[in-house]
Amino acid sequence: MKRAFLILAVVLVPILGLLAWTTPLAARESDTPTSLYQLQAALTNQDGKSHGLDVYRGHPVLITLFYSSCQATCPLIVDTLRVTERELTAAQRSQLRVLMISIDPERDTPAALHEMANSRHIDTSRWTLARGDASTVRNVAALLNVQYRQLPSGEFSHSTVIALLSPTGELETSSSTLGHADAALLDRLRK
Amino acid sequence: MNRRAKSTRAASVWTAMTCLALAALFQDDLAHADAAPQRARVPGGTFATVLPPANDIKTATVRPFELDRTPVTNADFARFVTAHPEWQRDRVARVFADQSYLLHWAGPSRPAAGTGNQPVTQVSWFAANAYCEAQGARLPTWYEWELVGAASKDLADARADPAWRQSILDWYAKPAGNTLPEVGRTEPNFYGVRDIHGMVWEWVLDLGSMMVSADNREQGDPNVSKFCGSGALSFEEKENYAMLMRIATLSSMQASYTSSTMGFRCAADAAAKP
Repeated sequence: MKRAFLILAVVLVPILGLLAWTTPLAARESDTPTSLYQLQAALTNQDGKSHGLDVYRGHPVLITLFYSSCQATCPLIVDTLRVTERELTAAQRSQLRVLMISIDPERDTPAALHEMANSRHIDTSRWTLARGDASTVRNVAALLNVQYRQLPSGEFSHSTVIALLSPTGELETSSSTLGHADAALLDRLRK
Repeated sequence: MNRRAKSTRAASVWTAMTCLALAALFQDDLAHADAAPQRARVPGGTFATVLPPANDIKTATVRPFELDRTPVTNADFARFVTAHPEWQRDRVARVFADQSYLLHWAGPSRPAAGTGNQPVTQVSWFAANAYCEAQGARLPTWYEWELVGAASKDLADARADPAWRQSILDWYAKPAGNTLPEVGRTEPNFYGVRDIHGMVWEWVLDLGSMMVSADNREQGDPNVSKFCGSGALSFEEKENYAMLMRIATLSSMQASYTSSTMGFRCAADAAAKP
């Protein structure tokens, strides 16, 4: 009988563990009602590591959507994020994190994201390039109010939104400015 | 106990536990299998859309899919929120549903008496999406919905028929009463789908694509062109007011919004379900 329990435990524990592990990440009991971190998002970064939308929980985060094969707007998004960072003090900058999520999960494999991180000299200790499944991308876009659609050419048409999330995941402000730092966004970042 | 007996027992325990674990995983699907409305198979195809995918492409192509024959009802949705309490109105995260979410129900998991067969409304896009995903399905895309919405009783595409068009417009002209009709009482259309017109607005999967005109890509500030261009979105088939009204309604909604006239139904890729 004891042995049966032992077998049961040996079998059950890994199964339960697996169930817990496959349950999507991110949401926590302590999340405030307006925290975007309640979204159960399944993202994978440029190194193939899985994480939730809350990968930078505890830090102010700039979140934006992009796709790596994009020729015009998306390089500008990286530039705009950099210009914004440069306006901050070193101390503020060291706190800030950047999460860029691809709207093109089919082509933006972790390898493609890795390639982009290299070619654009992105510091992946503070920035993350991530992809998610189609459902995750739709939900994130809906939360950030980003409009996007795939064109017959395979390219995407999308509105540009750079959103600032608080350390606990509340949407503080969002900007559609490209090319230079948004004054309102900087105001919130300096607070 | 010899070694073979031991390993046989271990194997049977393994099998039993795996079955239990699988049963637990699929319990939801099983519980809903007989309650879910049967879906109609839609062969898909290429049709002239009111929302052209690109400036030089006026048609949309839809792959074969399945669509719920009727909108999701209050009773259906009550089963969902009972199984997934995080979607009950007093527990739902505010980012996923506004203050009016299911507020017309008698209780957090209980619709008002006698409304079980009415379409569920006052549900956000996030909630509708979660409901469909729990059924192993998804919301239909706009093009899928538009394809089915173009059908009359006898024709796959009745949009050129003035009488059919008028019958739809009559619904929009009718003042909204306090009570919604029950689902499944209208005539099935060409695809065997009911209540597409004349009942509620319906959420679509690609809600976030409704306001993007194909020509704002990579040109200056996309938001400037979006707002400037929103009155001049490249709508085709301008005489098809009913469809344009639907697009206008959908594009005025954010994903957490709810409305007493917005419901939904689910769809699935045809290949995914035998």
